[in-house]
Amino acid sequence: MSQTMRLAGGRIDRATTLSFAFDGRLYRGHPGDTLASALLANGVRLMGRSFKYHRPRGPLSAGSEEPNALVELRSGARREPNTRATVAELFEGLVATSQNRWPSLAVDALSVNDRLSSFLTAGFYYKTFMWPKAFWEKLYEPAIRRAAGLGRLSGEADPDVYDKGFLHCDLLVIGAGPAGLAAALTAGRAGARVILADEDFLPGGRLNAETITLDDAPARAWVEATLAELASLGNVRLMTRTTIYGAFDHGIFGALERVTDHLAQPRPGTPRQILWRIYAKRSLLCAGATERPIAFENNDRPGIMLAGALRAYANRWAVAAARDVAVFTNNDDGHRTARDLAAAGIRVAAVIDSREDAPDTPGVPLFRSAVVTGSRGRLGLKAITVRTAGGRTEEIACGALGVSGGWNPNLQLTCHQRGRPRWDDALATFVPVGGPSGLAVAGAAAGIFSTHGALRGGAAGARAALADLGIAASLPALPRAEDAPVRIAPLWQVKGKGRAWLDQQNDVTVKDVTLAHQENFRAIEHLKRYTTLGMATDQGKTANIPAIAVMAELTGKPIAEVGTTIYRPPYTPVSLGALAGRSRGAEFRPRRLTPSHHWAEGQGAVFVEVGNWMRAQWFPRPGETHWRQSVDREVLATRQAVGICDVTTLGKIDVQGTNAAAFLDRLYCNGMAKLAVGRVRYGLMLREDGMVKDDGTVARLAEDHFVVTTTTANAIAVFRHMEFCRQCLWPGLDVQLISTTDAWAQFSVAGPKSRALLERIVDPAFDLSNEAFPYMACGGVTVCGGLRARLFRISFSGELAYEIAVPARYGDGLIRALMAAGEDLGVTPYGTETLGVLRIEKGHPAGNELNGQTTAANLGLGKMVSSAKDAIGTVLSRREGLNGPDDIRLVGLKPLSPADVIVNGAHLMTEGSPVDAAHDQGWVTSSCHSPHVGHAIGLGFLKRGDRRTGEIVRVVNPLAGTDIRAQVVAPCFVDPEGVRLRG
Amino acid sequence: MRYSGFRIIREALTGHRGWGPAWRDPVPQAAYDYVIVGGGGHGLATAYYLAKTYGKARIAVLEKGWIGSGNAGRNTTIIRSNYLLDGNEPFYELSMQLWEGLEQELNYNAMISQRGILNLCHSDGQRDAYRRRGNAMRLNGVDAELLDRDGVRAMAPFLDFDNARFPIKGGLVQRRAGTARHDAVVWGYARGADRLGVDIIQNCEVTGMRIEGGRILGLETTRGFIGAGKVGVAVAGNSSRVMAMAGMRLPMESHVLQAFVSEGLKPLIPGVITFGAGHFYVSQSDKGGLVFGGDIDGYNSYAQRGNLPVVEDVCEGGMALMPMIGRARLLRIWGGIMDMSMDGSPIIDRTDVDGLYFNGGWCYGGFKATPGSGLCFAHLLATDSPQATAAAMRLDRFRRGLLIDEKGVGNQPNLH
Amino acid sequence: MLIPHPLLGPRDAQEFTYLGDAALIDRPDGLAADAAERFFDYGYLRDNPPGEHRELWFHEQGDRSWLVVTRNITTHEIVRVELARDVALARGRGR
Repeated sequence: MSQTMRLAGGRIDRATTLSFAFDGRLYRGHPGDTLASALLANGVRLMGRSFKYHRPRGPLSAGSEEPNALVELRSGARREPNTRATVAELFEGLVATSQNRWPSLAVDALSVNDRLSSFLTAGFYYKTFMWPKAFWEKLYEPAIRRAAGLGRLSGEADPDVYDKGFLHCDLLVIGAGPAGLAAALTAGRAGARVILADEDFLPGGRLNAETITLDDAPARAWVEATLAELASLGNVRLMTRTTIYGAFDHGIFGALERVTDHLAQPRPGTPRQILWRIYAKRSLLCAGATERPIAFENNDRPGIMLAGALRAYANRWAVAAARDVAVFTNNDDGHRTARDLAAAGIRVAAVIDSREDAPDTPGVPLFRSAVVTGSRGRLGLKAITVRTAGGRTEEIACGALGVSGGWNPNLQLTCHQRGRPRWDDALATFVPVGGPSGLAVAGAAAGIFSTHGALRGGAAGARAALADLGIAASLPALPRAEDAPVRIAPLWQVKGKGRAWLDQQNDVTVKDVTLAHQENFRAIEHLKRYTTLGMATDQGKTANIPAIAVMAELTGKPIAEVGTTIYRPPYTPVSLGALAGRSRGAEFRPRRLTPSHHWAEGQGAVFVEVGNWMRAQWFPRPGETHWRQSVDREVLATRQAVGICDVTTLGKIDVQGTNAAAFLDRLYCNGMAKLAVGRVRYGLMLREDGMVKDDGTVARLAEDHFVVTTTTANAIAVFRHMEFCRQCLWPGLDVQLISTTDAWAQFSVAGPKSRALLERIVDPAFDLSNEAFPYMACGGVTVCGGLRARLFRISFSGELAYEIAVPARYGDGLIRALMAAGEDLGVTPYGTETLGVLRIEKGHPAGNELNGQTTAANLGLGKMVSSAKDAIGTVLSRREGLNGPDDIRLVGLKPLSPADVIVNGAHLMTEGSPVDAAHDQGWVTSSCHSPHVGHAIGLGFLKRGDRRTGEIVRVVNPLAGTDIRAQVVAPCFVDPEGVRLRG
Repeated sequence: MRYSGFRIIREALTGHRGWGPAWRDPVPQAAYDYVIVGGGGHGLATAYYLAKTYGKARIAVLEKGWIGSGNAGRNTTIIRSNYLLDGNEPFYELSMQLWEGLEQELNYNAMISQRGILNLCHSDGQRDAYRRRGNAMRLNGVDAELLDRDGVRAMAPFLDFDNARFPIKGGLVQRRAGTARHDAVVWGYARGADRLGVDIIQNCEVTGMRIEGGRILGLETTRGFIGAGKVGVAVAGNSSRVMAMAGMRLPMESHVLQAFVSEGLKPLIPGVITFGAGHFYVSQSDKGGLVFGGDIDGYNSYAQRGNLPVVEDVCEGGMALMPMIGRARLLRIWGGIMDMSMDGSPIIDRTDVDGLYFNGGWCYGGFKATPGSGLCFAHLLATDSPQATAAAMRLDRFRRGLLIDEKGVGNQPNLH
Repeated sequence: MLIPHPLLGPRDAQEFTYLGDAALIDRPDGLAADAAERFFDYGYLRDNPPGEHRELWFHEQGDRSWLVVTRNITTHEIVRVELARDVALARGRGR
């Protein structure tokens, strides 16, 4: 039993047979088939279950508007839920499984919902499940969640690769049907850069699904000739399997190309999909139209389809959905289906046309002024009931029913920038108005439904778009084509007692719309949200307009007044993998490496992510089993001998110009104007709102040349801020800036033996003695026999210390040279943990203190804010709220019991006070074990902290249930007089 | 009419003929004692509590479109009270407590679901900040837990623990947090307010304010002049535009925030998860869609739609955190307009115009505040004094430097 | 979005970093008697109107120029782009 429903002809490759499996059963089909067409060819109509009532469903459509035939495609980690069988291309070995049913598609336990449907009306859940209160999370909701959802993700990481790309063109043509092909031909011949994109794998659009002729030949001949010519033009790019999913600002379109979805899995080295961003000077929407159903009782059975889909299956895929079919229509296009099916040898049992003036089709029984009132057949259509013009009810046996309620232009992209379409009474549909700037519409998407109109509209649209760009194009000779007018008498629903479906996937029926109306959910968005209309995976492409029309009937308003919901991107759903592209896993964000990275790797360093940087966190030595052992050793080595740390990640900004000093004086709240050449000063930078923005050092290398440093985290933001000040606030100052963060490798060399070490590296011409190069000196030097370098005598650790910078490409060489030269001095590399311990011991604020919520006064640096000048942030820093009597101050914390640990993020409480928010006194910002002091120490912010030295406070950490006592001390645990760093 | 399971059964057996409108569509009266501008969650909640808690009458809510058409109907439905600062945390906890009883209070199932929120941290500094915040929550009597990496793995084993660019170090959990069905919150308050006699007037846009001698007398609207004893404005997203009618300039900018939903999937994600190393947060709706979002687009906008860079940035965050979602599909993108205030926190305060009160500046956090905002704004309107938990949300805090800056990024709205 | 850079032609908005209202150019004199009030206004209050908005964008991944972009923030249409330095000079800012 294979392909029993296959007809002759079609656009499939019969020379090749493909085998595939659906729900474990093996079937055969051909290249050119979709999963849906192949299943229909094998006599399978039942392909899915609906969301709420678990109604048995077959395909409604033959395209991307499909609400019903959704499957899980592929298996294992490649399982892809909710895949439309109507667009899934058949490939050898395809495996598909039905979804949202248990235990099987034919026997689904939750179809009990269908019997309970009178209780499960629109929004019923808003009215119940409230008692007892605790049952919602425990009972009701878990049950609802299990029942809801459609397909299952595999739960495994997606194994495929997705790429992103950028394309530019003069004209983007969206859709390769008659309008799109004519447009691309017109623009292509004119030499414009054209992209022609179509979601289908077979260009031609509706021409693939019709039997109409162009110039008296099958339409296919013109399509193929046109495609061949387009392919010969180097300026035209034809992109099949490519959906333009969104129209964004200024002619930017999102496109998804399904590169290998038609294969079992991507070929090695190829992505599964590519997400393109297309920059189009002009665009022409030729996306065609989508047919809409008519609501009648039980209009959702497998076998009931859109008439145009039934016709497409017969013409394009050579598939009869059933041996006996009927057609229900309110417009002339339905009759085309009847004619084509009859011509394909399918028995058309009846055409039911709601109009009095329905045309006749020879050999096909016609019921004028008649409607379909119901259907029969649980897992597949068996018969329909027809109410004739005379009011008689007649049952007609058929396995498929084509329904045509008219066609809706696919104008979604014209609404992505919140354009609103206009209702057209004559066409009985919405037509596009306006839309994104630069976008025009042609063919059926514009409400021009004839082939003749589409061809001419496409060509004219392209010519007009190019004329806008100053490119002359002439209209090509286009073939003669049918030019039938639209003849339609709107019919939205056949009233009856039972349920008549509007949104098939979400099971929204006419009754639900009626109830929404009754309960005053009449605004179209209320209707949508209350009933879930149009919120399924098909975004209501076939459902929304009939539902709007039903609401219009209920309110007695014209459809134009009821309005429409907004179409939002994407046009069809886009995989999250494609939207993420390569930015996932370890490649989520770039990785910046310091100049000493490879050397540090060789030393076995443990690295830590600091923003995008990777920095050495500590350098374990053999025998060290805990990070604390390594860090304690590094700290003590630095305090007792000399340590080296790569500090390249600190922002470095070169400031030059005759007004450089004046400029920096306005950027830092402390004075910079009088900084002497060859000297460095600590700089505190405020935001304009008076809070601390950043800190760093300002080194004056020459009268008109400074180098300033920023924290690692703020390097980019501070540079941007400085450029703002330079260009926008004081454009008259002679000052230039350049970020040199990556240009210089910089190392901190700290410890009592740091001078001894540097004297071995810095060329002898430079005197590093304390007198010649004192604390806070800076200058250009040469190292290692002539390499230019910069030396700064600054200290973050409180020790005698320097920072030395060389051009970045010598950074690796310098660290190796320093390590070799200092071996006998006990030189020790240290990482960010030790850096942290050293600065906590010294009481320097860092990220946890400079968190954007603190003022200079909070940090104990209030005196640095000069009142004598107008620097950024000084005025607003004087506000009363930032200078209250109870303000926090940075303090040191020493546990009373040396065994106690102080934890960052613990809060500080006055002894004896209740432990609650009202009595909160501050918090711990930084803490560590200090090998220098011999126990834990901390820094923190404490209300009035500067006046509470010596007080015992409680350090509470309710999250961990700890509560210890600590003494408030000055925030400096090593060499408070600063003897060491000046030594 | 009271909603209940019994009522549903009765109606089902009698053809659902008994259901009445959830709220009326009254013709506006010439004047009201209280007019709330903005029929979103906050405005409707304000009207509800004014009538219910403060016993006021002659109340109208004016909505320029359909109720819930602003941010109430375009958010990602998260409720939580996991704030750091004293100016915020008690307020959001009040709101959380109101959420916990809301469905019984309103006789409307808003699907309030306390499935928890997990804020992931990826660095020591971030963990320290979470510990400070979690402890602040505990000191305010709010539930909070700090998890280490293993704790996170036990709670959300599907996250990327093996190959992440920014390894997960732990997380802050509030188990009482969760989600609520945003539209149902609007409808529940509307129905509740309506039943207390509040006139909800849709398709009524305020076009001007009649202010004489420093006192507001009423509002010009597209449906004529409506007199008012007191006017409360709750139009987040459009605050600057509406308050300009009273000659006020506000400390805020309007920005677009996009939100996203995937196709329906069988249950994957239990509660709300936020990524600490990228702009991404996610929950799964009862219908099965992954509801997620990230950062604002970053530029001023009144367009209710955004652009691709943020779409891709958010999905990158999602894939970095949960590589299993690669084959799920994005179904819908939408945008809402945020009142991005200058310190990232809201304003509930009187204004310099007698009888004119302002509620706004909710940034992208207004949904969770809905009940608390309604109650506090009602309190202010009814008593002329701030409700205790909202006392810090004053308008003069920018002038005086009494900022409530949770993120510490200062007076640049797009950074909050 | 595409920003038509006055020197470099159309550039993707992703290359830029946004700051806010171009009124931030008009920084008051911090030494003036009424500096506190003027800085409150400068630092915090915004017109934030629908429609045309003059705003500052920094070409961070480009030539590092600050631009004043006049953009309709209701439609996102860009009407005019100028170098912020020129605008600042024209508004009388100098040294």
